[in-house]
Amino acid sequence: MSNKVLMKGNEAIAEAALQAGCRHYFGYPITPQTEIAAYMAGKMPEVGGIFLQAESEISAINMVYGAASAGSRSMTSSSSPGISLKQEGLSYIAGCELPCVIVNVMRGGPGLGGILPSQSDYFQSVKGGGHGDYRMIVLAPSSVQEMYDLTYEAFELADLYRIAVMILADGHLGQVMEPMEIRVPESRQLEPKDWAVTGTRCKRPHNIINSLLIVGEELERHNNKLQKKYAEISTNEVRYELTNCEGADVIIAAYGSVARIAKEVVRECSEKGIKVGLFRPITLWPFPSEVLRQLAEKVKGLVVVEMSAGQMLEDVKLSVDGKCAVYFHGRTGGMVPLKNDITELVEEALKQRSKI
Amino acid sequence: MKKVFQQPESLVDISTHYCPGCTHGIIHRLVAETMDELGIEGTTIGIAPVGCAVFAYNYFNCDMIEAAHGRAPAVATGVKRVNPDNIVFTYQGDGDLAAIGTAEIVHAAARGEKITTIFVNNAIYGMTNGQMAPTTLVGQVTETTPYGRSIENNGYPIRVCEMIATLEGAAYVERVSAHNVRSVIKAKKAIRKAFEVQIEGKGFSMVEALSTCPSNWGMSPVDSLKWLEENMMPQFPLGVFKDITK
Repeated sequence: MSNKVLMKGNEAIAEAALQAGCRHYFGYPITPQTEIAAYMAGKMPEVGGIFLQAESEISAINMVYGAASAGSRSMTSSSSPGISLKQEGLSYIAGCELPCVIVNVMRGGPGLGGILPSQSDYFQSVKGGGHGDYRMIVLAPSSVQEMYDLTYEAFELADLYRIAVMILADGHLGQVMEPMEIRVPESRQLEPKDWAVTGTRCKRPHNIINSLLIVGEELERHNNKLQKKYAEISTNEVRYELTNCEGADVIIAAYGSVARIAKEVVRECSEKGIKVGLFRPITLWPFPSEVLRQLAEKVKGLVVVEMSAGQMLEDVKLSVDGKCAVYFHGRTGGMVPLKNDITELVEEALKQRSKI
Repeated sequence: MKKVFQQPESLVDISTHYCPGCTHGIIHRLVAETMDELGIEGTTIGIAPVGCAVFAYNYFNCDMIEAAHGRAPAVATGVKRVNPDNIVFTYQGDGDLAAIGTAEIVHAAARGEKITTIFVNNAIYGMTNGQMAPTTLVGQVTETTPYGRSIENNGYPIRVCEMIATLEGAAYVERVSAHNVRSVIKAKKAIRKAFEVQIEGKGFSMVEALSTCPSNWGMSPVDSLKWLEENMMPQFPLGVFKDITK
């Protein structure tokens, strides 16, 4: 008997966090993710955890910084403008190698933008929105079930690598209700957090959580250590989904809720005998560059579809490295790419006489 | 022979980076002595600021966190909410606490977070070489107020204790000074009381310590102590502004 329930995407994230042992949530209200905070406010007292509404997104991320320093599985969530405010904290969290989970249920920008769904925070998330050379693992769910599964996994990855993990969703995924299963995967063997500040009990030297390294050589050594860790993650943690890519003439590249529209295009094309595949990155960082490079060698073209003016597009082009033509269709402002527009672009790509 | 004076266990036995004549060292010592006396070194977590006390994480012998500029009270909140049995204190300067971190300190106090804040007010940004602080006196010359702080351009200095004392979550708020022996003895009592208030779970506690900055005030250490007494104390009167234990 499975634990099937009907849930909103935002609630699935909150439930997954609780199942993963998150006991400290710090947030600040912003549409379209406030259901996460509301769910936590209701459930945290039941499991002996803490829900705290901070005075700002800046304070919320710094409360996460403190809670993670103390060794707790902690989380904050927000939407685009609020995530911008958290960038300072994320940079410090990266510098101090603190494990935590940040959820961004994206809405349209720039500025106050709107409250409709968007994917225009891709750059900010995968290139590092804060200062300094750092990375976060960025996971892009495409269904309510994945909102749950990837959030659970985010806490595991965060502890495994001592890194911040971001769930990069959008307003569609946050608001949609779908049946999903509450499940608890097998837990990894994780190292004890002996670096955390819990009090010395006068039995060990004092632990210091810090990102200030005033001597150039020391800071470079620290950066090299971080880069080594990022390289290890890039080797081990790349995730993606391929649909009908075997023998495809054209491949659509899309993530998140847009990938679901693209999947529908792939299905319709398949019915018409057109060989179109879907490449859906699940980790936006590390980006699945190698698999995409291999696919590019076998197709006439790649069609990138995003709810942005073309952000993942740049990583696709870098991965493809000129090996096939790259087309782009993007909508902004909360407007959604339509199947017909994607199909038109696929047909244009098919007209390529041969591979480049 | 009876030992009458020694380095507190809660201070690491290394030289600090503080300038000659600066009173940060005295205030560090008072906090460390308090930890020793209350036997809380092993359960205390300190949060260092950005500013002159940025390296405080190297000096206190308890577990330490270095916070982003102004965010120490939010970081302290996170720590305390994870382990309520820990004693958690922030050590912040006037720029850190009363300018960039105003929201954090006000709301930590309003929530009645069971943490202690040591607020060192020397009326100037020391670490960045002497710019106007939120507590810089009217008329005071700094690098960014070369003609003296003007009311028209810069407004008025903030009296933090008076402001925090209005909040119901604040359990104990006192302003002390480190400019002479008598004041230092009183400062020690206040700091000890602030930690005791936290241990007893009564709410937020804060001690503001008026401090000197000979390097950036451009005065000798002795003149600085005199300047503090004659100029800062009228603007920032010493005393207990809130004490719910009475």
